[in-house]
Amino acid sequence: MSVLLIAEHNNKELKPFTLNASTAASQIDSDVHAVIIGHNCDEAAKALSELPLIKKVIHVEANHYENFVAENFAPVIVKLAENYSHIISSANTFGKNLMPRISAALDTSQISDIIKVIAPDTFLRPIYAGNAFATVKSKDAKKCVTIRPTSFDPCESSGGSAPIEKADPGEQFAKTKFIKREEVKSDRPELGTARVVVSGGRGMQSGDNFKLITSLADKLNAAIGASRAAVDAGYISNDHQVGQTGKVVVPDLYIAVGISGAIQHLAGMKESKVIVAINKDGEAPIFSVADYGLEADLFEAVPQFLEELNKLNTIQK
Amino acid sequence: MKILVAVKRVIDYNVQIRVKEDNTGVVTDNVKMSTNPPDDNAIEEAVKIKEAGKAKEVVAVSIGEEKAQETVRKALAVGADRGILVKTDNIIEPLAVSKLLQKIVEKEKPDLVFMGKQAIDDDCNQTGQMLSALLNWPQATFASKIEIKDGKLEVTREIDEGLETIEINVPAIVTCDLRLNEPRYASLPNIMKAKKKPIEQLNASDLGVDITPRIEQIKVEEPPKRKAGIKVSSVAELVQKLKNEAKVI
Repeated sequence: MSVLLIAEHNNKELKPFTLNASTAASQIDSDVHAVIIGHNCDEAAKALSELPLIKKVIHVEANHYENFVAENFAPVIVKLAENYSHIISSANTFGKNLMPRISAALDTSQISDIIKVIAPDTFLRPIYAGNAFATVKSKDAKKCVTIRPTSFDPCESSGGSAPIEKADPGEQFAKTKFIKREEVKSDRPELGTARVVVSGGRGMQSGDNFKLITSLADKLNAAIGASRAAVDAGYISNDHQVGQTGKVVVPDLYIAVGISGAIQHLAGMKESKVIVAINKDGEAPIFSVADYGLEADLFEAVPQFLEELNKLNTIQK
Repeated sequence: MKILVAVKRVIDYNVQIRVKEDNTGVVTDNVKMSTNPPDDNAIEEAVKIKEAGKAKEVVAVSIGEEKAQETVRKALAVGADRGILVKTDNIIEPLAVSKLLQKIVEKEKPDLVFMGKQAIDDDCNQTGQMLSALLNWPQATFASKIEIKDGKLEVTREIDEGLETIEINVPAIVTCDLRLNEPRYASLPNIMKAKKKPIEQLNASDLGVDITPRIEQIKVEEPPKRKAGIKVSSVAELVQKLKNEAKVI
């Protein structure tokens, strides 16, 4: 049986994690179909059809799909599900919000946030904030699975030409109304996909001091992350939070500044390829996962870091 | 208005968990247990709404072994009026939990059901959305702000891109984010008072729901350990290592 991937998009473009989810879907079965639900999302549907891994695109259009309300989306996918063995989406806030609604309607026990496909019915997933890995096997006929995007490489985004079929929209769910979305626009790389992430924690002491993180991130073309403590303290907005209940990041380089390294934070970054920790407390747990630890006052170390990076650039020139 | 709040007993968030040697799960014997952290936010929010005169009753419900009664009792100590414990010693998946909660909702007829957005043990992030699907109610997940307006809720949700605001009709399900509020501590007099509040005990097996697991847990393992790193003595050394050894800058 085939796999149905739920595409994530903004009505214009595909969201990058759709590519990672496509890879995961293709590891379950090579016959991957993708459904795109939205409003005026022809361009995104076309982009989806160009992913070589996708064999067929199902495009569902209606006004009430413009804002991705799960109550509107779920019935469409439940209806399509009869032709598929697996329903797949990313385990980000889009998929986390939507998939359980589909899963319950299909009377299927969902498997969340997988990091590996072992067999079409068997998956590896982190539990306890990544402090244990569970191998789980679904006994349900239909499987609803969300995938951790950073655990799967993005697929090729061009070269394919899957047919696009239109499917009928469902009714609007009248009891939920979208009001507004406040997106933080930034020219920086996205936190979830950035090659370098610079994160600040409670040690930053104020939102104003986060400009040190910003300067370092500018220099390294990095995304900006934060610990929950820093977000709770109001130093920076929630979309920067890395951790068990925030985002999971796997950059080539993760620089943790003034972050002590609570279990919940480590859950979001400890798979990074190279981890740097700058903290004045030599006993901070962050040092247990750091490849390079610098025990120093961040307010001295970060400006020095910038200086050294400037020197490097001079040498390279 | 009546608010039902679902609370889960989990290993305390500060405990470094250990995987059992036979790989069947994690060690829970003699380990500190607590209320799932965002469930504390859910209780707090319900109690605040009641204190503001917008709700008449807050009922806390937990599903699990006998000891989950402590979790219900804690909810009573911070302001819930009464409790319900649905007892089962079996492993129950979020789908089964949501079916059991559906039965409780049908019996209690709350206007709102609150719970944490995710349990920090299995990290599933499913139950609220599943319950909302089973009841065909609106769902507001990952809530960081809730306002009650003319029988409707305006909820701010934390999403990857930033914040989203939706309006939902009552009855509805809300799953709570850690930033929704600052949960209070139970005072000693309130802990004493909570001992007198009623907790109704039900058996999961009496609720007419099939809670047989659909997922077989084959094994639980330690994640691969990171190779021990080094401490550098200066920023200059750090930058040299990143450039020449790790080759990431």
